[in-house]
Amino acid sequence: MTGANRQPVATPDRHAGVAPVVQLRDTAARIAGRLIWSQVSFTVRPAEFVAVLGPNGAGKSTLLKTILGLQPTAHGAVEVLGRPAGRHNAQIGYLPQRRAFDASTRIRGIDVVRLGWDGDRWGLPRPAFLQGSRDREAAERVAQVISLVGAEGYAHRPIGQCSGGEQQRLLIAQALVRRPSLLVLDEPLDSLDVTNQSSVSALIQQVCRAENVAVLLVAHDVNPILPYLDRVLYLAHGGAVIGSPEQVITAETLSMLYDTPIDVLRDRTGRLVVVGQPDSHAGHGHQP
Amino acid sequence: MTVGFDWNLVSDVREILSFHFMLNAMRAGTIVAVVCGVVGYFMVLRRQSFAGHTMAVIGFPGAAGATWLGVNAGIGYFGCCVLAALVIAALPGGGRAAGSTGANSEESAVIGTLQGFALACGFLFVSLYQGYLSGLTALLFGSITGITDAQVLVLLVAGVFCLAVLAVIGRPLLFATVDAEVARARGVRVRLLSAGFLLLLALTVAGTSQVTGSLLVFALLVAPAATAMRLTARPGLGLAISVTVAVLVTWLGEGIAFFSPYQIGFWVTTLAFVGYLLAVAGRWLADRRLVRAPGTPLPAVPVR
Repeated sequence: MTGANRQPVATPDRHAGVAPVVQLRDTAARIAGRLIWSQVSFTVRPAEFVAVLGPNGAGKSTLLKTILGLQPTAHGAVEVLGRPAGRHNAQIGYLPQRRAFDASTRIRGIDVVRLGWDGDRWGLPRPAFLQGSRDREAAERVAQVISLVGAEGYAHRPIGQCSGGEQQRLLIAQALVRRPSLLVLDEPLDSLDVTNQSSVSALIQQVCRAENVAVLLVAHDVNPILPYLDRVLYLAHGGAVIGSPEQVITAETLSMLYDTPIDVLRDRTGRLVVVGQPDSHAGHGHQP
Repeated sequence: MTVGFDWNLVSDVREILSFHFMLNAMRAGTIVAVVCGVVGYFMVLRRQSFAGHTMAVIGFPGAAGATWLGVNAGIGYFGCCVLAALVIAALPGGGRAAGSTGANSEESAVIGTLQGFALACGFLFVSLYQGYLSGLTALLFGSITGITDAQVLVLLVAGVFCLAVLAVIGRPLLFATVDAEVARARGVRVRLLSAGFLLLLALTVAGTSQVTGSLLVFALLVAPAATAMRLTARPGLGLAISVTVAVLVTWLGEGIAFFSPYQIGFWVTTLAFVGYLLAVAGRWLADRRLVRAPGTPLPAVPVR
């Protein structure tokens, strides 16, 4: 199944001349005086699926916050959709790192998705009998993204009663509802079991193509997303390496980045598998 | 004039409303119930019941102190509740919605300590006033006899203000409650909304305390909202149910209190509690049917 879903790797000139969605030029980030990373330069192009990987504390979440404009840069420039970071956040769908919704959260999945549409606007949601054309447009779009992520079956249940994978799909729908140009996902696979990790990865790739949205996804474990990626960005040793999976996911590069021997194998279908990466939880274990 | 209950409910209602103090009690109760239904819904969703309870407890020394000093008890309620809201908003947790991450334990310890101190102060003020015991009971458990026209007006102004503000901040507040981090990234002023909501909660608690007493505020603030949340996960419908339950419970409670020798607080609380129990039972039955209904047994696979 995963072999069939595999997409051709984006060739560098596929988007030649297209304005980048994200552009970092010689950027550095500093938290509490400590330099987290520096001299980071890369671009993310429209509808590209890029994973951000690296050991704990390498500054993956910091990178996302920099792109969202929530974390000032210590050096260099960050441009998002042609403007300085933070100016275009309405066009970014953001999914923060989180634990699941509490089981007692009594609000429906569809309401959570709808909040992604106009939750930041003053006022009250209007009851059904008072709804105008704007509300109908919103309802249509909400229904559209819910069907895109395949959540029709449980969108009307309280979100606290949905499984981790179901919640994650609803949250992806929420991030997508305003037709963003960029999706920023912070460890969306973290609390999922192996089956859901790979189906959510496949979903993200499908969304990336269908909605023409660039995706920046922070992940702990590279294996479940590897078949779906266009490029990987590794953060380690205070710097970054970016390239296609074939270029970056090699035993030499990874061993150097993680300071520990790492093997990269190919399975029968030609799929890359990373073995020995310290952060990957072998199998399905929960995070400590 | 004899006061007696008979099964002709129309004449009962007419009898109740023929007393001016009961008319005022009904007016005040209705205002307070509507506001509690709405504000309580957000409070329960935000898991800030503890903060609300704290304000109620801190309102008690406010009212007792005001009475001792010869000032209107309402000023004490409003002043102390608002002060408590400001303190909670200024705590490191910022009084933000506990959300799925659970309440900040240090914050709850600080608040708990404050509660004990507040109750003790209130008790001291009542003793200093050399108050008769019924004054203390009324402050803690409410009374239907003492509501003046002026008080009804104050409650109306405070209530309309609360609902008007909520009508403006309702949607972003819901967003900040359900999904604070995404809301913040979208430019919602989460911290400001939290503080604003705490102030609305303070006004609601102070107003409700004047009808139900400090300790039984929760009958109107939590129980109807919790009942609504058991019954539906739709925010709009939930608000409507919450308000309906609060108003019904208040009217029934005040009516029964009129014909019985016991305090209004007891009746309102008991009715609210019974409503909640019914909702829990209903939800449990509905969920059970939901689980059973699809009822397709797992296909048996022979083990080889």
